[in-house]
Amino acid sequence: MNQTQKNITGAEIIWESLVQEGVDVVFGYPGGAILPAYDALNKYRDKIHHVLVRHEQGATHMADGYARSSGKVGVAIGTSGPGATNMITGMATAILDSSPMVCITGQVPSNVIGSDAFQEVDITGASIPVTKHSYLVTDIKDLASTIREAFFVARTGRPGPVLVDVPKDIQNESTEFIYPTEPINLPGYHPPTETNESHLQEFADMVNEANKPVILAGHGVLLSRACKEVMDLAEKASIPIATTLLGIGGVPDSHPLVLGMMGMHGESWVNHAIQDADLLIACGMRFDDRVTGTLKTYSPNSKKIHIEIDASEINKNVLVDLAVHADLGTVLRQVNPRIESSKKADWLQTIARWHNESQSRDIINLKSEQLMGAQIIREIWEGTGGKALIVSDVGQHQMLEAQYYQHDEPRTLLTSGGLGTMGFSLPAAIGASFHEKDREIWVIAGDGSIQMMLMELATAMQENVNINIAIINNGYLGMVRQWQQLFYDARYAETPISSPDFVKLAGAYNIPAYRVKTLENIIPTMKKAQATKGPSLIEFIVEEHGMVYPMVPAGVGLHEMIQRPRSENGQSKNQEETVE
Amino acid sequence: MKQTLITLVEDKPGVLNRVASLFRRRNFNIESLSVGKSETPGVSRMTIVANEPDSHKRGNLYFNLLKLVNVIAVKDVSSLPCISRETILVKMATGPDQLNDLNEVVKKFGARIVDMGSESTIIEAMDEESAINNMVDALQPFQITEIMRTGKITMRKGKTHNVFSNNINSEPDDLSWTPDHITAYQN
Repeated sequence: MNQTQKNITGAEIIWESLVQEGVDVVFGYPGGAILPAYDALNKYRDKIHHVLVRHEQGATHMADGYARSSGKVGVAIGTSGPGATNMITGMATAILDSSPMVCITGQVPSNVIGSDAFQEVDITGASIPVTKHSYLVTDIKDLASTIREAFFVARTGRPGPVLVDVPKDIQNESTEFIYPTEPINLPGYHPPTETNESHLQEFADMVNEANKPVILAGHGVLLSRACKEVMDLAEKASIPIATTLLGIGGVPDSHPLVLGMMGMHGESWVNHAIQDADLLIACGMRFDDRVTGTLKTYSPNSKKIHIEIDASEINKNVLVDLAVHADLGTVLRQVNPRIESSKKADWLQTIARWHNESQSRDIINLKSEQLMGAQIIREIWEGTGGKALIVSDVGQHQMLEAQYYQHDEPRTLLTSGGLGTMGFSLPAAIGASFHEKDREIWVIAGDGSIQMMLMELATAMQENVNINIAIINNGYLGMVRQWQQLFYDARYAETPISSPDFVKLAGAYNIPAYRVKTLENIIPTMKKAQATKGPSLIEFIVEEHGMVYPMVPAGVGLHEMIQRPRSENGQSKNQEETVE
Repeated sequence: MKQTLITLVEDKPGVLNRVASLFRRRNFNIESLSVGKSETPGVSRMTIVANEPDSHKRGNLYFNLLKLVNVIAVKDVSSLPCISRETILVKMATGPDQLNDLNEVVKKFGARIVDMGSESTIIEAMDEESAINNMVDALQPFQITEIMRTGKITMRKGKTHNVFSNNINSEPDDLSWTPDHITAYQN
């Protein structure tokens, strides 16, 4: 739809352009340099819902959460200077996890740019390392086309955040509004569109010749909407699948071929399968250090195929035998017909044996006087029928969630993987709730991470978003404490952390809240929270010194993990073992 | 091994900043960067000289440059037939009394004296980098007080390839987004 209107202001052009891009919710915070845009918002209330946040970082995480959950571009708005710099952590979070987002910031008027004017920061420059691209609009005639281009860049190729900085005078000027319809002219922007026939055949040949293949499924499986294609490949040739943290949900966890999460806190059979494989098929993942352990001993006997839309990720960390620079779904649709059916009984039995051997170590089988994080995750999984959208924060609870909550549907786990941004979960869940209006949503956070963006409780209350907040409180920055215990002789420097009385705090926001200390009370309390319309909060008091195992310490190989203590007679032995 | 990259970029504010920022942020060693207007309005051409011993890091640098939205095309010409030149201005605390000795060096290296005062002389030269280095060595006795070098500019020999084509397969030699180019950096 191409509307032509007579002379409207730059402020109005911002909203008109957002409407043209199909935006119906934005997350933002007003201020001096973005005042004209906020004044014009009143004319667009019927088309766009504006969520007033309590911190601009929260706005970016909300836009990010909305984007990850919906696959659409999330929009965050802030003012110049501190408003803009507050958004940098959110942009960095989004670029490391390839999340499509457009951030619009007000800027001081053009004639004072560069003069250190009040609330002036060069956010276009400052955001270069944390955005896919950034724009400073210098002419009102470019405003609409710039916003259109920003959305295009954000959502195409490997998605990412794009910043549009709009000086105040440009918001105040007027011009004719024509939303462009011609093809976008970006001579330097070429996401791959074709695949090389010889690569496709080589891909198929390598898969058909492999005896011990493993598929490594990353976030690209979700971003490329290639969930079905990956499962087709796996099922046809009986290939087990390991997922990255962000790949969780791209393939159903309950499927017999899906092994679970790989890497630093991956289960032993998953990492052993990767180390022992003769072929790795890396699908939309980037061999992050948390996934590979030391590169020196990483999957030493395997050939490697890497299907990746971003050429700069190929051969960056792990050198591969076949690079397929293309959209994952497109490639697999062409390759799958060439794959021969096979059973690979020996390989799958070997992995099953590893799996069975480690069952005795499962923390779920332990009896403990105090509640343990893993038990809570398992109960939340049970209590939600495995159907909830989980938004986890960063730390031990995040890894436990990845290990103990089975995700069977795409886009049901949102978490900050690449940047590891503490504070992500609460605002991201608020953002996601504007897309997932009917799905049950659970925030799972630690006592440390929830306190990083605690102010967004007010936003949750104000919008009455239907989210349940689970705080797993061990009184520590648990993951850092775990590293101190293992690698710094248990010198707990600044990791014991105090918290407010979360139940009273929630009360101050009129958010119903509960405290749980026993396993039996988890499900009944969850039921109360689930029955609440609007936000609710449960604080779980857990074992102080809980650990997340298995763990591959920094700098060693994936096979050199610290295992969970073996449980004998249901008792936890409080020491770890290293196994080969 | 030195890596020479000819890069076409959109002539827009901040593009040089984006390229320079990439080198710093990805920890690539940059030796020189020259930029100026090209034959096409709105497009600048850069010669970038990087110094990365590892061939995979060289490949990674290449694809990171291409990933910048304002970078239109990149060609790694390190092992291709090229003409490379560098321009230098050298000021010396040398007056007319040493003109004869200086003229000898100037003549030998094909340089020119472009300014001479009672206590200072400026010469200019344009040549390959190694010849420029040799000339600087030969000028050492003349009390060099300032050196200004442009960095290397490079042009491929042979016909010009069209890098603006939208068809990826039409000029695989210069449009670098074909999968074959990924394997080009594998040993």
